[in-house]
Amino acid sequence: MRVALFITCVNDTLYPRTGQAVVRLLERLGCTVDFPAEQSCCGQMHWNTGYGKQIEPLVRHFADTFAGYDAVVTPSGSCGAMIRDNHPKAAARAEDPALADDVAAVVPKVYDLSEFLVDVLGVTDVGAYFPHKVTYHPTCHSMRLMKLGDRPTTLLRNVRGLELLELPGADECCGFGGTFAVKNPDVSAAMGADKVRNAAGTGAEVLCAADNSCLMHLGGMMNRQRTGVRTLHLAEILASTEELPA
Amino acid sequence: MSGTFLGLPAFPRAAHDAVNNAQLRHNLRKATHTIRGKRAVVVDELDDWAQLRAAGKAIKDHTLRHLDRYLIQVEEAVIAAGGHVHWAADAEEANRIVTELVRATGERDVVKVKSMATQEIGLNEALAEAGIRAYETDLAELIVQLGEDRPSHILVPAIHRNRSEIREIFLREMGSWGEPAPADLTDEPRVLAEAARRHLRERFLSAKVAVSGANFMVAESGTLVVVESEGNGRMCLTLPETLISVVGIEKVVPTWADLEVFLQLLPRSSTGERMNPYTSTWTGVTPGDGPQDFHLVLLDNGRTGVLADEVGRQTLRCIRCSACLNVCPVYERAGGHAYGSVYPGPIGAILTPQLRGTANELDASLPYASSLCGACYDVCPVAIDIPEVLVHLREQVTEGPGHRAERAAMKAAGWIFADPSRLSRVQRLAGRTRHLIPKRLPGPGAAWTDTRDIPEPPAQSFRDWWAKEHGTDAGTTPGSPQ
Repeated sequence: MRVALFITCVNDTLYPRTGQAVVRLLERLGCTVDFPAEQSCCGQMHWNTGYGKQIEPLVRHFADTFAGYDAVVTPSGSCGAMIRDNHPKAAARAEDPALADDVAAVVPKVYDLSEFLVDVLGVTDVGAYFPHKVTYHPTCHSMRLMKLGDRPTTLLRNVRGLELLELPGADECCGFGGTFAVKNPDVSAAMGADKVRNAAGTGAEVLCAADNSCLMHLGGMMNRQRTGVRTLHLAEILASTEELPA
Repeated sequence: MSGTFLGLPAFPRAAHDAVNNAQLRHNLRKATHTIRGKRAVVVDELDDWAQLRAAGKAIKDHTLRHLDRYLIQVEEAVIAAGGHVHWAADAEEANRIVTELVRATGERDVVKVKSMATQEIGLNEALAEAGIRAYETDLAELIVQLGEDRPSHILVPAIHRNRSEIREIFLREMGSWGEPAPADLTDEPRVLAEAARRHLRERFLSAKVAVSGANFMVAESGTLVVVESEGNGRMCLTLPETLISVVGIEKVVPTWADLEVFLQLLPRSSTGERMNPYTSTWTGVTPGDGPQDFHLVLLDNGRTGVLADEVGRQTLRCIRCSACLNVCPVYERAGGHAYGSVYPGPIGAILTPQLRGTANELDASLPYASSLCGACYDVCPVAIDIPEVLVHLREQVTEGPGHRAERAAMKAAGWIFADPSRLSRVQRLAGRTRHLIPKRLPGPGAAWTDTRDIPEPPAQSFRDWWAKEHGTDAGTTPGSPQ
């Protein structure tokens, strides 16, 4: 199986360790992972901020870059959902049947990391070791758009040494919301403060999620407040071993 | 008379004040979480909820598709049953029609059933200008009216008030409107309700004219339906001699069988009850029973414009249940007044800009009053994809004035993303200068750094790491499969 990593522009630029963890994890599970260097951005920020008409080149670029792979794995629920739900809409709007066909061909091959692990590889114990207290924030787009369900927590429960603590109000938005975080900073911060309080209240050392953009917001707040809780992407915990701890 | 929403600030500024009002935050959190929990229980107990929701959506879509036909059917049936039908293109026309109808009765007072449509058009204010006093009879609307306040929730308009505030309002204001509150009034809910009951009883028994809205209009028989909890609606709909109902044109359902679906969806979604206490239905005029003079005012006020929008038209499926408000994390923290409309919360954020347009700053800010978390879509009993409509409206807003700088920034970002070698150069620059980035950013960046640290860019991007590991050039080598 030819597996491509769609790293996403945020992870590529700010969180390379998440991408490295995905590669290490998938290779450990026997996959050959390719990173098509032509890849760039899914266009989510443009789309969600009201500039959807600008993203046609990005949609075309994504479909071209990942054509021919059996699976495209991404460590971001919101970027995955952007491709799955909105690339077909953007292609339809372009009124280019060839583009619509290319998008329709690539979209079913796009998987969030935990979907790929559980549904495609059929693995729920990835052989990870992470002896820490962890609480998991499901993130809105992973939960409601990608419908990851209990895949991420099932994977976490099977990590040796990991104690999973339930996050109160887990299904509530953290307040990031892309440009919402700067367009409505007061409400965003109020939502984030409640999420941080709930996370810190569990006694967890690590707040985990499957989307680094939400963690950028929450981690930024927790650093500012010196809560002592650190953020980690799910991939980094699943890649963690005794030899190479996260 | 209730206050108006004119001249209010844009959403982020209004929300700033609400977020910092601890009492308001407490009131809203307690109330929304309570209703949210009740709704979840009565929805989860139905194993056919998904089918009911799909049926509700399908019935509304069908009706909206053939609205021209169904509205004529309503009109014919109401007239055949002895009622009168008036068509109002906008708020001004609707207010004029109602004012003239009341004037024709010679009365100076009307009692009102809680109605979103009449609030939308500012009917009470228009009647007041004509020297006619409208008395709200729903308990929460009474609190809002007596307090010269604005509603902040569709179902529970005084949700921002707690009981000690209500006690003060009753003591201070009831006397100037009618039966005063007893001097020994406490803030016990039962005592407050009793004071309201006594105050309103006098109104019900003396009122000659009532004004209502309707939750539904059944086209096949011309029947109007009001769904309520307190019984004040039943009093207003049966005791007066004249009844005037102002109803949005999207409220029609074709048949009684269709109505059955909504009578299950609405109470469970709104109050979290299996069934609401009072469901009143009336068909034109029944000789010797109830109002003998009935007028239906069919209100457009922007709705046909919404109907013409392929993405936006799903908004017209709304049955005003408020489930989206009660689960919205933004509404919970910003409060209803920040939305500057009688329609707050997620549904307001899509309905208000469609009904009023996005010409003013407040209305243009509403489509952005959401993190697009999608909780509203999950609970909507008629499956309105609110996030989809929000994004659609954002596109309209960005095409208007005031978005030049943002548009240019988005274009620049798109230009960088379109070519990975450009992205790579930006990443390397960020990596080299990462220690120079200040903790607090100036200008728009402060919106981030006021409450959050900025992530420090890594020394090496992922693509540079990969290229080094695999001996390829990060920016240009396509890694396409053989």
